[in-house]
Amino acid sequence: MSDKWSTGLYVHGNQRTLSTDRNKDGFLDLPLTRQVNLFNRWQYTNATKGWVSFASFRFLDDQKQTGSIDFDQKTDRGLTKEWGSQIDTKRFDASLKIGYVFPLLTYQSFGFQAAFNSHDQNAYYGLRQYDIKHDSFFGNLLFNSILGNTKNKFKTGINIAWDRYEEVVDGGLYQRTDQVVGAFFEYTYDSLEKWNLVAGIRIDRHNNLGTFLTPRFHARYTPWERSALRFSFGQGRKAANIFAENQTFFATNRTIQVQSNEGSIYGLRPEKAWNYGLSFRQGYTLFNKQGDLTLDYYRTQFQDQVVVDWETARYIRFYNLEGKSYANSFQLEVDYAPFKYTSFRFAYKNYQVKTDYLDGLKQKPLQPEHRFFANGEYNNVTPEGNGWRADLTYHFVGEQRLPSNPRDGVNSNSNAYGLWNAQITRVFSPRFEVYLGSENLTNEKQLNPVINVDQPFGRDFDASLVYAPVFGSMVYAGLRFNLN
Amino acid sequence: MNMKKIIVLLFAIAPFLLMAQKKDLQKTIFEVDGVCGMCKARIEKTAFGLKGVKTATWDIPSHQFQVLYDANKVSIEDIHASIANAGHDTPLATAPDEVYENLPLCCLYERKKKVE
Repeated sequence: MSDKWSTGLYVHGNQRTLSTDRNKDGFLDLPLTRQVNLFNRWQYTNATKGWVSFASFRFLDDQKQTGSIDFDQKTDRGLTKEWGSQIDTKRFDASLKIGYVFPLLTYQSFGFQAAFNSHDQNAYYGLRQYDIKHDSFFGNLLFNSILGNTKNKFKTGINIAWDRYEEVVDGGLYQRTDQVVGAFFEYTYDSLEKWNLVAGIRIDRHNNLGTFLTPRFHARYTPWERSALRFSFGQGRKAANIFAENQTFFATNRTIQVQSNEGSIYGLRPEKAWNYGLSFRQGYTLFNKQGDLTLDYYRTQFQDQVVVDWETARYIRFYNLEGKSYANSFQLEVDYAPFKYTSFRFAYKNYQVKTDYLDGLKQKPLQPEHRFFANGEYNNVTPEGNGWRADLTYHFVGEQRLPSNPRDGVNSNSNAYGLWNAQITRVFSPRFEVYLGSENLTNEKQLNPVINVDQPFGRDFDASLVYAPVFGSMVYAGLRFNLN
Repeated sequence: MNMKKIIVLLFAIAPFLLMAQKKDLQKTIFEVDGVCGMCKARIEKTAFGLKGVKTATWDIPSHQFQVLYDANKVSIEDIHASIANAGHDTPLATAPDEVYENLPLCCLYERKKKVE
């Protein structure tokens, strides 16, 4: 628009109206959808004066329908003739960001941010209903500067937030307003060689969580060349939005039980956890070729938590933790490029997510403990844009614990499985390429994804215990034209 | 702490932050001889060791050294002299031979000036 102002307006819409049922289970394979997106963005930049600002507005209207292939949303809602589900979401977001950098002192700046969001979702799943209207406002003011010199930087600021929730769950109304005012200070030290430290503290005053301090610490150390050792710890608190965070249970006919203890959020106390992490990365050269090795370990230890308990058939229970709960994750990743044009990546992930349920310490359901990933890539496309690109990927998903249910019985685990994906692309020019690929080459799939699929209104109906792909192999091919 | 107190606190500290600007701040760029990442760390750490140096950056490919400093606390000659004393020649100061010769091998830049 001018050298200082610019704007953009984006409109996007899509629709899927074709009903398909390839696996002949009487249910739609993919939801029917309709979506409209509007996005408008404004930017003002005045580099000589040091000002920059952005404003944006976004509107989303989304509709999804799924369930029985014969379900007609106009006539069948609320009846037990056919099972159907529809989710209508309308969302509006507005945000404003203003930044000012002091002339000459490029390390000193002010920032202001404000955002407003309104989310209005109306949904039903068979006879179940879940409506949520969530309006929120957030604002913060930041100041960045130094202590003496740029080896010692700090960031400080204040923030406010306001959230209003109104939910209707199977006819029951839940309302809540969260208000929080906070201030923080964060110090960063850079030794210019081996050390980098960030230490922060914040204080918040929250109407439902109380007044509390939150510390945060992060360190990076370079013991020798091509390496980095990181360490971090911090604390977190949060109000668990039990329904919004566990929407899959609406795809079951489980009865909800909230075991209230006079807490401030759905009658439950807020969550509180410590987290720690350690990470080491080392670049290496083997037979004259470069590689990278990364080790990560993170632990989250809950002091208070809202436990989501699927352990008893026909029920979903929410209650505050009594005992211990933690999530440990470990990851090993190796990258190596042994030949020209060829590179490999291997990763192993281990997740131990364990919680004391009413009947003892157990792994979180549907959470595989072991996962493995391998990828090989060949790419000899020249800078002029001519050649071949191919990759092959393998994912291994280990056993997953299943809560007791009529399909799998008690104390059961899913079978481990592996998925292969491959793609090959012939690049003719930067403007034209042809590709062929396949997902799930070995046709791995779960045979009975939905429990009691023939009695969708019965108490044992459950479409939430899906642990493997529902569809088998898929092959695709295409052409890519670039008009630029 | 309530909202009011936080705002009051912010206004209370603001004058100190603004006062920090009432200094004789100068920004200068000059060439410093050097080679590698080790040189960069040495040059910048030397500059940061001087009181009044706010920020210092040495660019490896161009050898340009950019410094922002408070001229009431440190002079430009002092900055040149301390960088030279750490082993790196500048347009206004020359490193002592014994310091230059003790630099790690990878840091031995080609000297432009003949030392008299």
